[in-house]
Amino acid sequence: MKNLDTEKHIKGKSLFIDDFPTPDGTLILDVFYSSVAHAKIVSVDYSEAEKLDGVKKIITAGDIIGENQIGGIIHDETLLAENEVTYIGEPIAIIAAKDKRTAHKAKSLINIKYEELPVITDPKEACEKGELIIPPRIFSCGDIYNTWDCCDYIFEDTVETGGQEHLYLETQGSIAIPVEGKKIKIISSTQGPTYVQKAVSKVLNIPMHFVEVDVLRLGGAFGGKEDQATAFGAMAGLAAYILQRPAKLVLNRHDDLVITGKRHPYISDYKIGLNKEGKILAYEVSYYQNSGACADLSTPILDRSLFHATNSYSIPNVKSTGYCCRTNLAPNTAFRGFGGPQAMFVIEAAIHKAAEEMGIDVEEIQKKNLVSEKDVTHYGQVLNNCNAQKCFNQTTDLYNYNQLKLDVKKFNSENDQYKKGIAIMPICFGISFTNSFLNQGSALIHIYTDGSVQISAAAVEMGQGVNQKLRLIAANVFSIPVELITVESTNTTRVANTSPTAASSGADLNGNAVFIACNNLLDRLINRAAEILNITDPKLISIKNGTVYISGEKTDLAWNGLIEQAYFNRVNLSSQALYTTPEIYFDKETNKGNPFAYHVYGTAVITSKVDCVRGIYNIESVKLVHDFGKSIDPVVDKGQTEGAVVQGLGWLTIEEIAHNVNGKLLSDTLSTYKVPDIYFAPDEIEIEFLEDSENRFGPLNSKAIGEPPFMYGIGGYFSIINAIKSFNPKLEINYSAPITPEKVLMSLYGK
Amino acid sequence: MQRKISLIVNNELVEVEVNPGSVLLDLLRDTLKLTGTKEGCREGDCGACTVIVGKLKNGKIKYRAINSCLYPIGNAAGKHILTIEGINTDSLNKIQKLFYDEGASQCGFCTPGFIMSLTAHLLTHNKLMYDEVVNSVAGNICRCTGYSSIKRAIKELTTEFVSNSYELDDLINKGLVPDYLPGIKERLISINELISERSECLQKHHKIIGGGTDLFVQTPEELFEHDLTFISQNDMCEINFKGNRCFLGSTVTFEMIKTSTELQQYFPMMDDYFKLVASLQIRNSATIAGNIVNASPIGGMSVILLALNASIIISNKEEKKVFHLKDLFLDYKKLNMEKDDIIEWIVFNLPNGKFNFEKVSKRRHLDIASVNSAMYIDDEEGIVKTVYISGGGVAPIPLFLKRACEFLTGKEINKENIIRTIEIAETEISPISDVRGSADYKRLLFKQLLKAHFLKFYPQQIKMGDLL
Ligand SMILES: Cc1cc2nc3c(=O)[nH]c(=O)nc-3n(C[C@H](O)[C@H](O)[C@H](O)COP(=O)(O)OP(=O)(O)OC[C@H]3O[C@@H](n4cnc5c(N)ncnc54)[C@H](O)[C@@H]3O)c2cc1C
Ligand code: FES
Ligand code: FES
Repeated sequence: MKNLDTEKHIKGKSLFIDDFPTPDGTLILDVFYSSVAHAKIVSVDYSEAEKLDGVKKIITAGDIIGENQIGGIIHDETLLAENEVTYIGEPIAIIAAKDKRTAHKAKSLINIKYEELPVITDPKEACEKGELIIPPRIFSCGDIYNTWDCCDYIFEDTVETGGQEHLYLETQGSIAIPVEGKKIKIISSTQGPTYVQKAVSKVLNIPMHFVEVDVLRLGGAFGGKEDQATAFGAMAGLAAYILQRPAKLVLNRHDDLVITGKRHPYISDYKIGLNKEGKILAYEVSYYQNSGACADLSTPILDRSLFHATNSYSIPNVKSTGYCCRTNLAPNTAFRGFGGPQAMFVIEAAIHKAAEEMGIDVEEIQKKNLVSEKDVTHYGQVLNNCNAQKCFNQTTDLYNYNQLKLDVKKFNSENDQYKKGIAIMPICFGISFTNSFLNQGSALIHIYTDGSVQISAAAVEMGQGVNQKLRLIAANVFSIPVELITVESTNTTRVANTSPTAASSGADLNGNAVFIACNNLLDRLINRAAEILNITDPKLISIKNGTVYISGEKTDLAWNGLIEQAYFNRVNLSSQALYTTPEIYFDKETNKGNPFAYHVYGTAVITSKVDCVRGIYNIESVKLVHDFGKSIDPVVDKGQTEGAVVQGLGWLTIEEIAHNVNGKLLSDTLSTYKVPDIYFAPDEIEIEFLEDSENRFGPLNSKAIGEPPFMYGIGGYFSIINAIKSFNPKLEINYSAPITPEKVLMSLYGK
Repeated sequence: MQRKISLIVNNELVEVEVNPGSVLLDLLRDTLKLTGTKEGCREGDCGACTVIVGKLKNGKIKYRAINSCLYPIGNAAGKHILTIEGINTDSLNKIQKLFYDEGASQCGFCTPGFIMSLTAHLLTHNKLMYDEVVNSVAGNICRCTGYSSIKRAIKELTTEFVSNSYELDDLINKGLVPDYLPGIKERLISINELISERSECLQKHHKIIGGGTDLFVQTPEELFEHDLTFISQNDMCEINFKGNRCFLGSTVTFEMIKTSTELQQYFPMMDDYFKLVASLQIRNSATIAGNIVNASPIGGMSVILLALNASIIISNKEEKKVFHLKDLFLDYKKLNMEKDDIIEWIVFNLPNGKFNFEKVSKRRHLDIASVNSAMYIDDEEGIVKTVYISGGGVAPIPLFLKRACEFLTGKEINKENIIRTIEIAETEISPISDVRGSADYKRLLFKQLLKAHFLKFYPQQIKMGDLL
């Protein structure tokens, strides 16, 4: 199974935005942005910068032809700030110059005066001051208030999770090329080509069919280019359009870190009630989401937190409340898991605390409360094909959890300097955009006269292997070698009105669309083959391994021959199809419905080791059983799982986003923001594919993979906590992530 | 400030008019359109820009992986540069094939960097050991794969492919490195002659560039407009031994120290210490003098050399000076050096006693220390004859713990004296809160690292419980 993308990557031949050959005279853009977190702009003096040799123009809000507005869901985000800035990094002007160096230099010559206003960085403070982006959202079931009295144990606490920088290795960027007749073409590193198209059309005040957006591939995204690539596409578009010259904007790493939003930090208050046996009876939780200065995708992200408030557990009485708190930080945005991980961390912390206080094992509570078939979630969805218990039990059996636990105990009793910890992390993650209308995928397929096949779809390739999956689906339907099939760039002129490639759904939605389109073509081809072979019942005809069969008997008619003949008989060799996920709906008033096509399940066991002299640690192993459905490409799916696990571990351990009280990002370079390297990654990640998992919503019975395994990382956090506890049993745990070496050392020697 | 520079890139002689204060990455990508080499950070922290540099020395080319984003063109003059484009053949080579089979490339942005790091490793070794191969990519960040697939590819490479020793010819025959490599030497010799003629004029300029790994992170714009002297292009790149003294030339790189077999005899754990310092690509460029002069309070080399009680030999047009390293650091980034002073040598006595280096950072590898510390101790029958303790990240300068050393000298090694030493050391430090940790943390961590020294030195006598 030749993966064409991989082959190019390995030779360094894959083009990313900064690699595209650009026409002579292409202008290089740079973004001038706010250096204070909240202020009125008193004056900006561009004269020195404009005088610099090689500067073509400095574009400001006043130059915007159409609307100065790029907010996707809520229209609260300008492309370029006019009178007020609300976070450090907020774009104010675009410098167009002959080269990078000139543009950068010009930036330093701009003289701006601010009148500073109060800065809020803390979500709870924002909430108290009424700075909410939308009214609070509440998802609930049962009756918590009358349940507390029935509980044998009640625990309350506040827990925190930090932000996370996407650190896609390719920074944000776009190239814009003016096209005759007032049209424009944008080559963008975006997960949402249509978002870019819309924004450019709005900013330039031209209809959408004047804007072509093309996306070849992304050097990583993880959610960071779902909404936030739009601004840079629009900036490049604006500059190219105004100046009628090609323009390229590629952020340098520092600017990317400062300007773009990250995973939302959360502060959460919970109250959990259990009976003596460890059954959770009631759970009340409030999430204070640090949304940053604009809405961006914060509102659906908050919703997903509310959906995943109970992770894999069935809790009869739940009240979860979410607050989108507007602060003076860069607008936080989508990041793998989309609010799910933040919520799951809270329930796991609650269970951990309950187990500690009740003196029982965490896994006992986890196991006792796992969801099962036909359970109804607190948002009203009935769980079908629920594999939570299967995964949990298989994990503890396959990896012999009891023995692992004994090994850890033994190690700890024999060692002073090092302590180990072990934790289990079950996951349950809903698949579908929770905004139901987004659940559509489309594909356009051409078969050329030589039998080669070309797929265009709404899905964007960003390393998740969606192109390869689409090829495999088409190869499967046609039963032809995958080598005959290519996937083209995602282009709004070939596939219109694309949903962003996000929510782990790219392969599902577009794979199903490819499936439909291929089957349409196959029907036509089979009919044609029947005619050629003089068979009256086309049902007897099939194609296998590139050859036509009649009732299982091989014929001389091969794929290429069939296609050629079909062409001469004027058969339509192109097909376009739309797939929409069936049976999903959600009522945003009652917050009940059937929002997800299905759920993904799995369970991991994580072991870590803490050096109690130095406060450093490593994650030794992650062993898991995961529900992949029927994997279309096990190499891709395994890779997604491994990558997600390590990214999840990074979020909870060493990846620390630091701001000062003035809203300045302190971790604004790669020397101060550390993501996992090869030594940090666990020595061992063992992955078992759950057997016999069916999924009628996934193409070829597969399941979505991008996000769910990220949340296994949460177990890494608790394994470290458990190791610390065995060194310092008296420690009162402050459940706050990331658990940096600093926090570990302070906890080892704290009270 | 353009200058004509000659070098060989892959199989081509490149002669360009270029500002020597720009970096190799820009030459490759912007001028030569070799876009397989990627820019991920421009600060040495991601490895996407990794290329291989071959330097002619004593009639041989020595290859090593470097970060082209911080590699000054001035240092690239007269060298051979290998990029991903230069090692590609029609089919995938064995490394590439393994990456392919294991799915070790997802988005692909990091991949050329990994391939180049691995290729450099093949070129600089004649045998493959799994751990060492892993270390060769420790300076390459991948955000997609989680590294498992990359480790599998490396494992396959080591077990299946070249488990025995191999030569350049073998690599060429297997298509792992291009077949034009053997001819490069002669071609470089002819260029190098031109360089040495020019080196005189280079000397007259004033901003000194060593490896550039600090300067090109801090002030790349200034360098573009400055006259520069590339001292790594000249000599002073030797490690010499005279009697019981070691002389480190100022342009000696971290990696040269790490791999010096002579020094390893005196510092058996050196490999481990240096693995914690920067990444291989940076260690291949960063010079020891650069580390001292940048005067970072957490400078790894400074901290190590302080605990060896090193001296430095400085020269300028008028004179040569020698003084103790500990007298060089005056205040934050302030040195007891004149503007035109050049460090020539760093000198220290080879140790009789025990030496240890400790470093803790947020991420264990390729991260700047929160706190680091080194200690040298020489004792006779449990009585301390000589002790030097240093600490980084706990003061505005790399700190020599004078009072703690004075206290412990002549004392017996026991629990009480160690605790007292740590107490005294604590009075000498003044950590501040910053992005690498709070002052409280650094204070606690520093004490812990001092304990770690003693636990390592005296595992029999001193137990962890003694020092709690
Ligand atoms: C990714 C990364 C990781 C790093 N990790 C570490 C780490 O773990 N530990 C650590 O200590 N440092 C680390 N550093 C910092 C840096 O690499 C070192 O300080 C390095 O030693 C600088 O050496 P250089 O030769 O590259 O210096 P340059 O950048 O060339 O020069 C630095 C300064 O020294 C001056 N200088 C150089 N040579 C001489 C000389 N002979 N005489 C007088 N002045 C001279 C220069 O003028 C300049 O002021 C890291 C840097 C990067 C980019
Ligand atoms: S670009 Fe990141 S190390 Fe050079
Ligand atoms: S494959 Fe995307 S960063 Fe490595």
